[in-house]
Amino acid sequence: MDQKLLPRYKDGERMSHWVIALTFVLAALSGLALFHPSLFFLTTPFGGGQWSRFLHPFLGILMALGFLVLFVKLWRDNRITPADREWRKHAGRMLRGDKAGMPPAGKYNYAQKVVFWVMVWSLLALLVTGILLWRPWVAPLLPIDVLRAAVLVHAVAAVLLIAMTIMHVYAVIWVKGTARAMTRGTVTESWAKRNHPLWYEEQTKGR
Amino acid sequence: MSTLQSLDVVARSATTVPTPQIRAAVPGVAKLIDESKCIGCKACQVACMSWNDLSEDIGANVGVLDNPAQLTPSSWTVMKFYEVQPQEGSLEWLIRKDGCFHCEDPGCLKACPAPGAIVQYASGIVDFISENCIGCGYCVKGCPFDIPRISQKDSKAYKCNLCSDRVNVGLQPACVATCPTGAISFGTKDDMVTYGEQRAGELRERGFQHAGLYNPQGVGGTHVMYVLKHADQPELVGLPANPTISPMVEVWKGIAKPLAVVGMIGAVAAGFFHYMKVGPVEDKAENEDVKVGPVEGKAEKEDA
Repeated sequence: MDQKLLPRYKDGERMSHWVIALTFVLAALSGLALFHPSLFFLTTPFGGGQWSRFLHPFLGILMALGFLVLFVKLWRDNRITPADREWRKHAGRMLRGDKAGMPPAGKYNYAQKVVFWVMVWSLLALLVTGILLWRPWVAPLLPIDVLRAAVLVHAVAAVLLIAMTIMHVYAVIWVKGTARAMTRGTVTESWAKRNHPLWYEEQTKGR
Repeated sequence: MSTLQSLDVVARSATTVPTPQIRAAVPGVAKLIDESKCIGCKACQVACMSWNDLSEDIGANVGVLDNPAQLTPSSWTVMKFYEVQPQEGSLEWLIRKDGCFHCEDPGCLKACPAPGAIVQYASGIVDFISENCIGCGYCVKGCPFDIPRISQKDSKAYKCNLCSDRVNVGLQPACVATCPTGAISFGTKDDMVTYGEQRAGELRERGFQHAGLYNPQGVGGTHVMYVLKHADQPELVGLPANPTISPMVEVWKGIAKPLAVVGMIGAVAAGFFHYMKVGPVEDKAENEDVKVGPVEGKAEKEDA
């Protein structure tokens, strides 16, 4: 098992990813605690309801800042191309475990790009509405119907972001050899060849 | 000492299990404010602050009699003065004692995420239990009447509690006890509806053709009601004609909650069963020592 490694993420990308991951978990838990009564117990690790309510916006701002760094670094690689349409047509086969017939993907496949853009837009919605709802500084200045709309959009965007994150984490569990891209910054050549052949060719060109 | 008697709590915020139901037939109470008898003396404001041990910082004169200009965390009732023209050429000076309406279907309680921070007693009184309040401001969004106020000092929400501590031991609310003209009455909800209709009838006989009782049904009726001289135009005294909990709050605190929870749990379950059914995508070259059957062939067979 003498595998050659390819660099996939630089340290800056990896660290901002993990800042997002940690703040996401904390913001999601403290937010869900106030979303459904059955989840109110999640306020306990934060020090109770008052502390959850107080900490949640700061965690959200940290997450948004972390994402901004990652966005600047990765958005170009996530542009949807005509080749992605072909991949989308075959997505059902991929889900059934038939990887062989999939059109070759670049650095990111179509599903990864969709997850990226849904995360971008839901995070943006969360950031804007979250700032509007921020007590005691912003919320008291705004008309009540703006706040009511903001709180609804905030909840919907949060559920979308959580759903995307569940997919994102599952994909890492599902496709073996993926996690090390973020934990170590490198992937094996055979992983790259198998899952992102076009990217593999690009990286190994001129060797 | 959060509630005076738990057997009298019929609804509790952010609580999915029933409150104690054993005690039956507690009569609903109501406060009736007769606009035509009010002289705007503000004794009710003073009595409210006195009984509840509240005091307001000295504020600024806003050019009218309203003082403070609106409800605050420590002014749970405020006299509002309106110079209006109900008809062309007529001028009237209307006075309304503002404060919580104690809705039968309280939007604040529906919106509140903190268990037991808002309760509704069998009497119909909606009370904020401050020690459970987390200061999120959701009650402000739920209220159709713009009543709750959040203190800058302690980030807790406050509003009129209809003197629940007095009512629970058989006394009238402080504002009722102090009103010098009898403009505020207190009794069972049924009695107050009957009395209010009767007063409205008397006003109609005296020329206020549209006098009537303000007991808005959009929130299931209220436990603070008004006899209005112009019940056809409640907006004259700053009241919404048909107050309801905002549809946005209804969606957010209604269907969105179970849908989101089922969706999120469903996504995790879908991932789990997908993995168990299909198995991982892995690099065979990295697992040469493990004998694996022909995955593609297996998938084809099961698809067919």
